[in-house]
Amino acid sequence: MDEDAGSMKRIINCGAGAVVTKSIGVKAREGYANPTIVELECGILNAMGLPNPGIDEFGEEIKKLKSLNAPIIGSIFGSNSKEFVELGKKMQNYGANALELNMSCPHAKGYGIEIGSDSNLVKEITAQIKASVDIPVFVKLSSNISNLVEIAKAAESGGADGIVAINTIKAMKINLELRAPVLSNKIGGYSGKAIKPIGVRCVYEIAENVDIPIIGVGGITTGEDAIEYIMAGASAVQIGTGIYYRDVDVFKNICDEMQDWMKKHNVKKISEFIGAAHK
Amino acid sequence: MKDLKIKNIIEVKKETNAVKTFLFDYSEKVIPGQFFMIWIPDVDEIPMSVSYINKDAIGITFRKVGDATKSLFDLEEGDKIGLRGPYGNGFNISGKKILFVGGGTGIAMMAPAVEEATRKNISSTVIIGVKNKSELFFENRLKKSGAKIYISTDDGSKGCKGFASDLAKEIIGKEKFTSVLTCGPEIMMKKLLDICKNIELQASLERYMKCSIGLCGQCCIGEGLRVCKEGPVFDGKTLKNVEDFGIYKRDASGRKVRF
Repeated sequence: MDEDAGSMKRIINCGAGAVVTKSIGVKAREGYANPTIVELECGILNAMGLPNPGIDEFGEEIKKLKSLNAPIIGSIFGSNSKEFVELGKKMQNYGANALELNMSCPHAKGYGIEIGSDSNLVKEITAQIKASVDIPVFVKLSSNISNLVEIAKAAESGGADGIVAINTIKAMKINLELRAPVLSNKIGGYSGKAIKPIGVRCVYEIAENVDIPIIGVGGITTGEDAIEYIMAGASAVQIGTGIYYRDVDVFKNICDEMQDWMKKHNVKKISEFIGAAHK
Repeated sequence: MKDLKIKNIIEVKKETNAVKTFLFDYSEKVIPGQFFMIWIPDVDEIPMSVSYINKDAIGITFRKVGDATKSLFDLEEGDKIGLRGPYGNGFNISGKKILFVGGGTGIAMMAPAVEEATRKNISSTVIIGVKNKSELFFENRLKKSGAKIYISTDDGSKGCKGFASDLAKEIIGKEKFTSVLTCGPEIMMKKLLDICKNIELQASLERYMKCSIGLCGQCCIGEGLRVCKEGPVFDGKTLKNVEDFGIYKRDASGRKVRF
């Protein structure tokens, strides 16, 4: 969802506290040919290929959301700092309340993880964006790298206001009858229930090493999942594939379930258990 | 979860020079108006509503228009394709008397709905609107189901000359229908929405689809209505509040394309 104003409005009305847009680039991109998604037993595998209408056309969608009483986080992807800066400035001008730098898409050549695995680049891009915009900047990271903590530190030293972890995990599905990968891009990103323990671990490790807030994401479908991420060190969480398991009501359901848990455990504020698992 | 199934094409029927039907073994429940994602290996995966719902088989009927349907058109009996689904809501077939309006290839997915209506003893009238008589198909099949058939052609080569929506307006003016069910060019369906006024309308929409499971947002209309999930069949009340209905759709990148 979140490719157009209408769907973002619906997500907010369904109980989300903020929306993150589809990742937007400088020019329109069709993404990969279908199949771009496969339903698997424990998650969803996708290789959309960063389809988006391009920043100039997307502006209209953000502008339409001004009346909404919820923050819009503009997700952007570029192949270098110049593109990221151009995108960030435009998002801010359209009215986005924060930026998320996609440095973790696992399946788009020249973008995402290809940038997000180089600590110098991550620091440089983050610093240049921070120097060009006034709104908060979050950096979305991948678990597909061995130097996750180093990259998170690079984002922090570049001035990032927060870290988002994790993006989908590189994976593949082969069809036995056709003896071929199902996705047209062959490799995709795995999301959903299967990846939650990996996301929790990543958030935990990042929290041990940086001081800026973390937004946890990966396989959250229930209030308890969200609380687990928060105990690992997240201050907020994102939900995407959760819509597949519980439809768009997932946002309200998770909020209700978190409140129930908090009541039962006599906890008044979420801040009381952020990072509680770190002893 | 809906598994991807690899199926052999068990029968190919040529409906017109540019329209074919493929049948596959299939015995699970499918509602008229629901669709499958059809995977043409190495080419593409596209949504298609079912055109046949038999006891042990389902069918799709399609016109060759783009790269995917052109490749599909060249497949033969015994060839393999991938199927996932059924997805979407399908038609609600009830009431006393239904008018079905199929524009162009839209009649393909309406046919099983007409057959179900006549099976339920619902009085059924069908308008098949095509550009010219060489594009007409399913006329005999629908006659056989017991429905009353009207044909309109843009060039007058068969039936009434003119658009299906004009013919619908005329028929609605003379007879009383409980509901109108339609599939075809969106501009035609939009005209029907205006014509229907107090008659219940159900229209099956077509949008570029990617995931088909309500996640990617590619097929959203109005305020976040997913054609793959809340649709593809929408009622008139809903469509009246969808500002893009009959105005624009989105291409693969999400850019607006006017009808």
